[in-house]
Amino acid sequence: MLHTINKSPFFSNNLESCLRFAKDGDPIMLYEDGVYSAAAGTKIESIMKGALKKHPVYAIEADVKARGITKVLEGVYLCDYSCFVGLVEQHKVSSWF
Amino acid sequence: MTEKEKTKIMFIMRKSPHGSILAYEGLEAILIMGAFEQEISVVFIDDGVFVLKKEQDTKPLGVKEFSRTFRTLEDYDITNIYADRESLEQRGLSADDLIIPVKVVEAGEITKIMDEQDVLFPF
Repeated sequence: MLHTINKSPFFSNNLESCLRFAKDGDPIMLYEDGVYSAAAGTKIESIMKGALKKHPVYAIEADVKARGITKVLEGVYLCDYSCFVGLVEQHKVSSWF
Repeated sequence: MTEKEKTKIMFIMRKSPHGSILAYEGLEAILIMGAFEQEISVVFIDDGVFVLKKEQDTKPLGVKEFSRTFRTLEDYDITNIYADRESLEQRGLSADDLIIPVKVVEAGEITKIMDEQDVLFPF
């Protein structure tokens, strides 16, 4: 199951809910404001470090760059839209919005 | 249609009833899908559990009170209805506070049920 998140973790509990219900090993795709979860040095960094131990985490690089996020958490895969499409092709999708 | 051909569809209800249109739209989608005789399940998570809260009185607000419409789900043979225990507890609710009977389950159980589905519809 691919889990997608498009809201800031400082605005909604979507990230926390996603992590509560995602199965270990399930990939997580951060896009739009969801990419704020991938930034280093925020108050949710420890939550994300825990998530990175259980899940492959992807973030759309265009969204990261657009928001001026220059320090991305180690282990987050920056990817483009074709990578997103590839993941959607391979998995069922659960979106948390 | 044989049992095997049925698609397993789960509706994930995560939004409160009157703060946005999503919960109501979710209910409508469930009822529409119910008519197609697929294998439907519904799970209430986060503020979604508020949708089923008893004694909602929307007359002063002047909007539709749709929580009681969830009682019709059993007419569509939709009986796989779950609520996340932690979401209920955090909001001071228990199964007794809800307008329809639900299976109160742990997050891990919901994870398993989600994994068995063919399609997930989040609302």
